[in-house]
Amino acid sequence: MTDTVLLGDEAVALGAIHAGLTAAYAYPGTPSTEILEYLLKHREKHGGPHAAWCCNEKTAYEEALGVSFAGRRALVAMKHVGLNVAADPFINSALVDIHGGLVVVVADDPGMHSSQNEQDSRYYADFARIICLEPATQQEAYEMTREAFDLSEKFHIPVMIRLVTRLAHSRSAVRTGETRKENSLGEPPDPSGWILLPSNARRRWHSLLERQRDFSIYSETSSNNTLTLNDRHRELGVITTGIAETYFLENVDELPFEPSHLHIGAYPLPVEKIRALVEHADKVLVLEEGYPFLERFLRGIVPPPIEIQGKQSGHVPAEGELTPDNVRIALGLAERSGVELPGLTLPARPPQLCAGCPHRDTYHALKQAVAPFEPALVTSDIGCYTLGALAPYSAIQSCVCMGASIGMAKGASEAGFRPVIAVIGDSTFLHSGVTGLMDAVAANTDMTLVIMDNETVAMTGGQPTIMSSSRLERLIVGLGVDPEHFHVLSAHPKFTDHNAEVIRSEITHRGLSVIVAVRECIETARKHKAKR
Amino acid sequence: MKYDIILAGVGGQGVLSVSAIIGSAARSQGLFVKLSEVHGMSQRGGGVVANLRLSDKPIASDLIPQGTASMILSMEPLESLRYLNYLSPEGILITSTDPVVNIPDYPNLDELVLRIRSLPHNKLVDSEHLARQAGSARATNMVIIGAASHFLPVNEERLEDSIKNLFEGKGDKVVDINLKAFHAGRGAA
Repeated sequence: MTDTVLLGDEAVALGAIHAGLTAAYAYPGTPSTEILEYLLKHREKHGGPHAAWCCNEKTAYEEALGVSFAGRRALVAMKHVGLNVAADPFINSALVDIHGGLVVVVADDPGMHSSQNEQDSRYYADFARIICLEPATQQEAYEMTREAFDLSEKFHIPVMIRLVTRLAHSRSAVRTGETRKENSLGEPPDPSGWILLPSNARRRWHSLLERQRDFSIYSETSSNNTLTLNDRHRELGVITTGIAETYFLENVDELPFEPSHLHIGAYPLPVEKIRALVEHADKVLVLEEGYPFLERFLRGIVPPPIEIQGKQSGHVPAEGELTPDNVRIALGLAERSGVELPGLTLPARPPQLCAGCPHRDTYHALKQAVAPFEPALVTSDIGCYTLGALAPYSAIQSCVCMGASIGMAKGASEAGFRPVIAVIGDSTFLHSGVTGLMDAVAANTDMTLVIMDNETVAMTGGQPTIMSSSRLERLIVGLGVDPEHFHVLSAHPKFTDHNAEVIRSEITHRGLSVIVAVRECIETARKHKAKR
Repeated sequence: MKYDIILAGVGGQGVLSVSAIIGSAARSQGLFVKLSEVHGMSQRGGGVVANLRLSDKPIASDLIPQGTASMILSMEPLESLRYLNYLSPEGILITSTDPVVNIPDYPNLDELVLRIRSLPHNKLVDSEHLARQAGSARATNMVIIGAASHFLPVNEERLEDSIKNLFEGKGDKVVDINLKAFHAGRGAA
C-alpha cells in the first residue's frame, strides 16, 4: 500500500490500471480530460496499458466495447455531454453479454464551469438499466473504479462511474492496492449475446430485466451504501449521494444531534435502506449533486407520508453546485459570512482568447468580411473560439453542441436566410462536423463554412487532433467540396485584409464554400518550442 | 489544527503551482491536504481560484466554507478582493501589488491598494520587483509563497525542499533564483 496525491480523475485512471486495464479511450472534455492524460503518461513511461484519444465519444465507446468483446478490460471516459454523443453504443451495450469488464466514466459539470448544461448522468445509467457508482472522495474514485470492473464482469453489463467537477479536479492522498493482471485473451464470446437482431435482442432485454434483481441485491448489501440510524432523534434524517456526503460531514458536528444518515454511492437505489431511513425520521433532507434524481423517486406522485426536503422543495438550490455553505443552510445551520468591505464592486474578469491567438485574427477578418452584408448569421460551435461571442469580437450568434454550427447554418440557409456563415474548430469539425458538411455538399447549400484550424484541441489543454492539418484539406475536398470554392488561409494579422477579401468573395457565392484558416494555437506552439 | 487557503489569480499566473508547492510541503510534514483546482475554460485569462485545505485531521469537503479561510493568497490585487466572503475575520489577505490589466474596466490601482490596506490583516508584496532582484520576473510566485510562509503551518525548510523539488530538473541556477525569490518574499512580509 502506498500513498499518492491524485486528482479525482487520476484516481480513476490509476484504479483502472491496478484493476488490470488493457485499453482506454476518450475524447477530451472538461472535467474528464485528465483521466486519459494520466493513462497516456503512464503508457509513455511503462509501455501500457493502451490509451488513445479518439474522434469522438461514440468511437471511443465502441473501441472500448471491442476490447470487452475480446475478453479484456476497457475504460472509456467522457464529460457528461459526451455521453449524449456515445448514447447509442452506451444504451445498446447494456444488452450485450459483456465479456471483459467495461467501465464508462462520465464527469458531470454542475455549475457549468466549462459546459453548456448541467445534465445528470445518473439518469443515463438508470435509462440503460445498469449499475452506477458515485464516489464521494478521491479514495473512493480509486476503489470504485477497481470494483466497477469486477461488477461489470460479474453481472455482464457496462458499469458507470459518475464523477462531478469538484471531485474530478480536486487532489487528495489516495492509498493504492495491489495490481491485478490483465485478462488473458480468451475465446470470443457466444455471438448470440452480441448480435442484437430483434430475436436476440428480445432475449437479451429479458435477461437484463431479470438481472435487475441481482443489481438490487448488490446495491442493498454494498458497503458503498451505508445506513446509520439514530433511534433517539427522529427530527431529521439525511440522505446523501456522492460528493454531497463531504459537505454534510463538513457541517454535521455543529448540529445539535447526529441525524440518521444514509449515504448512497451505488445505484440502482437501495430501496430497502431508503425505507429503513424514512421509518426512522419525521423529515428527510436529500443532498445530491446534479438533478433531484433520488428526490423525485422519493416523492413519487402520491404525497409521501413524511416531509421531504431537497431541490424540488427549494431547501437546496435547484441549479449550480452544492457547497458546504448551501448544504449548511439546508441543514438549518446559520449562514456564515466572511470579511465585508461595504461599497466594494469589482469588475468581472471573464475568460478570453489569448494574446496572439490565431482565432483573434480570423475573427477580425470575418468581422471585416461580413460587415457589408449585415445582418448576417454566424453560427458557431464548442471550443476556445466560442469566446468570439464576447467583446470586442461579438462575432458569433450560436453555440449549442459539438458540430451544430454546420447543420444549423444549413437549416438557416434553407429557411431563406442569407448570408449564413458557420464557424467551427478543427477538432470539433472532426468530432461531429464532417457528417454535417456531407449534408451541405449533397445539397450544395448556400453557406460559407470557416474552419478555424489551430492544429490542436485547445480548450481542454492542447491535446493532439485526430488528423493533421494537411490531411484535413484532403478530407474536405474528398467529401466533394468544389475546389474552386475551397481555400486555405493563414490566420495571421498581416493577412487579415486578404483573408477578409477571400471570405467576402465566398459569401457572395451562391452555393457551398469552405475556408480553412490555419495557424497553430499560441499555447501549443510555445510548448512545442520549449520542447525543442 | 486546520488552515484553509483561498488562492487567487488570473489564468496563466501559476495559481496551481503555488498551491502544489505549499500542498506538498504540508504533506511532507504529515498534514492532511485537499486541493481543489480550476481547469478548462476559466484558465483562458479569466479569474481563477483554488481551495487549499491543510489539517492535522482528515478533511471532508474539497471546498472551503465561507467565512472560515485563514488566508487569501493572491497573485493579483483585483483578484485578491474577489473572495473576501471566504475569509475569516481573523484571516489574512496577502497579495501581489502587480496588476494584470486585461479588462477595459480595471479599477484604479491606488484605490484597490487602499481597500486592501483597510483590512485588519493584510500584506502587500511588490512581488515582480523582488523577483527581478532575485534574478527573474518569472519567480514572482515564489516571492508570494515566501511572504505567506510566516503564517503557514508549514516549516520554512519544507517549503524550500518543495521548491527545490519542483525546479531541480531545470538546473541549479533556476533553483537558486527561486529560493532567492522565496527568501525575498519572506523578508518583505
